[in-house]
Amino acid sequence: MDLLYQIFIAPFIDMVSTPDFLLQVLWEGFVTGTLYSLIALGFVLIFKASGVFNFAQGIMVVFSALTLVGLYQAGVPAYLALILTIGVMALLAISVERLVLRHMVNQSELILFMVTIGLSYFLIGLGQFIFGGETKSMITEQLGLPTGSTEFEPFGGILILQHIDIAAVVIAGILVAGLAFFFSKTRIGRALRAVADDHQAALSVGISLNQIWAIVWFAAGIVALATGIMWGARSDVSFALQIVALKALPVLILGGFTSIPGAIVGGLIIGFGEKLFEVYWGGLLGGGVEGWFAYVIALIFLMFRPQGLFGDKIIERV
Amino acid sequence: MFMKLATGTVALALAATLQMAPLSAAETLNVPSLTYRTGPFAGAGIPIANGFSDYLTMLNERDGGIGGLKIVNPECETGYNSQKGVECYEATKGDGALVYNPYSTGITLQLIPKAPVDKIPVLSMGYGLSATAVGEKFPWGFNYPATYWSQMSSILKYIDSKDGGIKGKKIGFIYLDVGYGKEPIPLLDALSKSMGFTVAKFPVGVKEMQSQSSHWLKVRKEKPDWMIMWGFGAMNATAIKEAAKIKYPLDHFIGNWWAGANADLDPVGEVGKGYIAANMSGNGTDFPAIQDVLKFVVDKGLSQVKDRSEVGKVLYNRGVLNAVVVAEGIRLAQKISGKAAITGSDMRDGLEAMDISAARWKELGFEGFTAPIKSTCKDHAGGGSIFLQQWNGSSWERISDLIPPMTDIVRPMLLAAADKYVADKPDWQTQACE
Repeated sequence: MDLLYQIFIAPFIDMVSTPDFLLQVLWEGFVTGTLYSLIALGFVLIFKASGVFNFAQGIMVVFSALTLVGLYQAGVPAYLALILTIGVMALLAISVERLVLRHMVNQSELILFMVTIGLSYFLIGLGQFIFGGETKSMITEQLGLPTGSTEFEPFGGILILQHIDIAAVVIAGILVAGLAFFFSKTRIGRALRAVADDHQAALSVGISLNQIWAIVWFAAGIVALATGIMWGARSDVSFALQIVALKALPVLILGGFTSIPGAIVGGLIIGFGEKLFEVYWGGLLGGGVEGWFAYVIALIFLMFRPQGLFGDKIIERV
Repeated sequence: MFMKLATGTVALALAATLQMAPLSAAETLNVPSLTYRTGPFAGAGIPIANGFSDYLTMLNERDGGIGGLKIVNPECETGYNSQKGVECYEATKGDGALVYNPYSTGITLQLIPKAPVDKIPVLSMGYGLSATAVGEKFPWGFNYPATYWSQMSSILKYIDSKDGGIKGKKIGFIYLDVGYGKEPIPLLDALSKSMGFTVAKFPVGVKEMQSQSSHWLKVRKEKPDWMIMWGFGAMNATAIKEAAKIKYPLDHFIGNWWAGANADLDPVGEVGKGYIAANMSGNGTDFPAIQDVLKFVVDKGLSQVKDRSEVGKVLYNRGVLNAVVVAEGIRLAQKISGKAAITGSDMRDGLEAMDISAARWKELGFEGFTAPIKSTCKDHAGGGSIFLQQWNGSSWERISDLIPPMTDIVRPMLLAAADKYVADKPDWQTQACE
């Protein structure tokens, strides 16, 4: 009986009795969810173009953030370092297309997936060789990003909003909206969808597969850089950051691997869900439930919609 | 003419081979290092490996090694992965390895059963399985200068001396949710009863190391009077930033000695001002032996440090401390066995005879560097004292004298844990101590 009370009654009493705290939990869920959406978006872009789950997306987050900080530490002014880092991500995208993907046209998805695993380990080695393995501090202030916090007193309690979190939400929102528009309303976006449907067919109507792949890898690189800056500012820049990117997997299962709106909604559901569950119900299971709870949410959705919330319906013709 | 040329070439090649041939195992003192210069914990692994290697290189350069034999320190990269650590152990043990310093509780737990079989001692200096301190049950394991349990008891002792004592207070314990982080929990639970405080635990999974907002929301909800952290690597900086974010008073937040390095606080900077951490080795370069490391190794370009300023930082000096203890163990082993080319068994005897008094620390060029270490057949953890340091926004400042552990409480628990460990292992090798 006590257990039922702890599950069904006590958390809600908690929420009602300290509404300011509930607001704080929801805000954290919102910020985290937005960042998950951003990470998931990087995966979705590449999946849409090549049908491959890009295992290297996590290390791309680390690599881009390390490049930015490394250039700054080498004496390059912050904004110039940012521009040069975007250039490095463009170079990476072109190199991946020229040296790897071009030779893999029409190969099975599993082979392409293995390629991204190889790429991931290559970038880990290259990153450590160039920048070393030490933890680095993100150049938040130098990039003009806000620091500090603003406090509100809703319901007689306290709600603390970190300025960097507000900036993260705004920047992630703009980036997601911009990319969603770019890939749904422009010629390149339509070409991307054609490539996603069938490589051979896309080639036959004159779409340059190589160009599309370079563009999506570059876009994924930009998304990785934005994620690296925001997440790096919240914690710091280290190789452990690549693990955070794996949190996008349940977001993708939930939202669908091919849907940009799915990545956004999925990220927010996971963000809100895991914070609420960890804070209000996690204690019943000894805490530390956040790591797997996102997968439970994803699995539940998977049972009812295997293609995810917004994923393309799977139709197999015999 | 052809024969002369051929003979000359062969002779030259042979001479070159002889000159370049590595010293055989019997002619050297082989101390392999299981390093993690890569991976999520490289930030800690790099300075430790550098400090360890540089001190041993300094002994080679300054003294010609120990007892006339050069020390070799082959590194095997584990990435802090236990499975890789065991592979490294298996790959290097055959070359006359004298001792292993795993620098990972996970790897230590894997090597403890192998040590008596291969007759190579394991020195997990201040980490690993706390029960290793019981020499009768773990003849091949050493973990001085202190165990995680003795460290936890010292931290609680410090808290008890502040704000009217620990009784009735709530202690928050945030820890990396792996073997290392869980290790002090039995002691914390036991002491919560005897000292009259409550504990709120906050496990942080490896995947959440850099995503801890939920954990700190729970801290805000639970409102603990003090927070203690058993963190590592990227977890530490994130935890301190999150603590500052929820306005938790950082002068009531104490990390263990793996959560108090420059690598942890440099990225945090001013935000981390007030945060406290345990330590067991002195900071800085104001020690004659460290000056020798700079002179004989770093300035000669024999070190892997990127910058001279890395010498003297917390984890670099931790690596140095480990190397000093290993070197002293070798000296004692040579003395006991009466030979320079020692074996793993000799090294075990040397480590068990460890006795570095304050006077000996001075002799070694480390006056005031750390507490005296004395091992016995029964006690493989030595003295166990630690001190606390506080971050001032840019560097660490020592804020306490040496705090001895609660030996009267810790020791019986260690004995019970050691008994429990060996209970289901009928062939476990123990030793009688009288």
